[in-house]
Amino acid sequence: MTENKAIWQQTVALIEPFNKKAVPLTAETSFATGLEWDSLTVMDFVAAVEDEFDISISMNLQAEIETVGQLVAVIEKLVNEK
Amino acid sequence: MQVTDLFSKFDPLIAIRKEMLSHGGRDPFSVVMEKVLSPTKAIIKGKPVILLGTYNYMGMTFDPDVIAAGEKALKEFGAGTTGSRVLNGTYQGHKACEEALKDYYGMEHAMVFSTGYQANLGMISTLAGKGEYVIIDADSHASIYDGCRLGNAEIIRFRHNSPEDLDRRLARLPKDAGKLVVLEGVYSMLGDIAPLAEMVAIAKKHDALILDDEAHGMGFFGKNGRGVFEELGLDGQIDFIVGTFSKSVGTVGGFCVSNHPQFEVLRLVCRPYVFTASLPPSVVATAEASIRKLQKANDKREHLWKNSRRLHSGLKEMGFTLGTETAQSAIIAVILPDQEQAVAMWQNLLELGLYVNLARPPATPAGMFLLRCSLCAEHSDDEVTEILAIFKKAGQATGVLAA
Repeated sequence: MTENKAIWQQTVALIEPFNKKAVPLTAETSFATGLEWDSLTVMDFVAAVEDEFDISISMNLQAEIETVGQLVAVIEKLVNEK
Repeated sequence: MQVTDLFSKFDPLIAIRKEMLSHGGRDPFSVVMEKVLSPTKAIIKGKPVILLGTYNYMGMTFDPDVIAAGEKALKEFGAGTTGSRVLNGTYQGHKACEEALKDYYGMEHAMVFSTGYQANLGMISTLAGKGEYVIIDADSHASIYDGCRLGNAEIIRFRHNSPEDLDRRLARLPKDAGKLVVLEGVYSMLGDIAPLAEMVAIAKKHDALILDDEAHGMGFFGKNGRGVFEELGLDGQIDFIVGTFSKSVGTVGGFCVSNHPQFEVLRLVCRPYVFTASLPPSVVATAEASIRKLQKANDKREHLWKNSRRLHSGLKEMGFTLGTETAQSAIIAVILPDQEQAVAMWQNLLELGLYVNLARPPATPAGMFLLRCSLCAEHSDDEVTEILAIFKKAGQATGVLAA
């Protein structure tokens, strides 16, 4: 769980520069409807996440991620698999 | 129970279009060419217009030899094949067209598809399967994205034209998994070219195969007009070159050329090749004639580059913001700050007798509004002078340029 918290904080820090409307973040916050990100923003953000954690998040996998909580879970899984 | 209207998801787009047209003027997405006078002139709403938004880079559409070849095939082989390439749809003309491509590229295999879109769709979806990887540039053409969606491979994106980003992403993938790196010679929205030499070296370092789409590079890059890869000295280093007949070649169709020893098996397993009708005999005949002529079209190549450089430097001098620092290709993109200015400028240009392409998000990178100009080898020096004068007038009338 402690690791999850660290990943959560790192992820939130990566979201902030793209969080133009200062939407409060919870695990349930949706990228599309909550943060209102378009496909270009998602692309830049995913690249930042991949580089921060040194992981690959394929477009196939991205399609299944809707919320911040789901993303953190995916990152945790991929980091542990390394 | 209220059933959802299937069209309700398009409401936002319909609203944007309404807003765009509410100021009056013409719809940039429903222009009709009533007559086409030459590769560079057409009649729109009864008025002659200079065409600066076609992909007719080498002006082959009205070449007399090309037209004669098409007419002969139309008479001798009929209007269409009514069949798939793998059944009854391969005529002598399709094979002749593939021979012309092999000669043009100096490669061993060539496969002709019914469109360039289908060539990318077919090659990408078939080459990389489950558990394998396709690595694509973030600014890739829609046909590349759709090819990824049609297949079962894992799709990884890298930042546009960044060799370092490609290197980092390839390094993270399993060493033993099959990988296909997809690149484009010219990126058609801004007309910028790819640093192919660096990217090809990186792809090879990671044992990935390379597919290079030269849709907007064929005809006038490199000594033989093969594309950006030839210009950059990469002949023989690209595994699959994809291209189209609907730009420099001047008709419609797509292709892939390769030296891969097993290439021919693709004819049996590539769905966008198998499950569609082959090109009409007249189309492959015009393509073959055009490709043979393009091989030797050095004077045209030179004139096209001259036109492109003149337009770029002229627009830059007037104060327009352009997509590239220099003329990198035959596409010159003028960047406008918002939709209103872009549409006003587009409409003004058309009123003054000049057609360019309007491009808006999501087709454009970084949410840009663009007026995309594409030059033709058949634009005369006088026409380029006229084009520049029209741009100046429209720029001042719309306030894009200081009066």
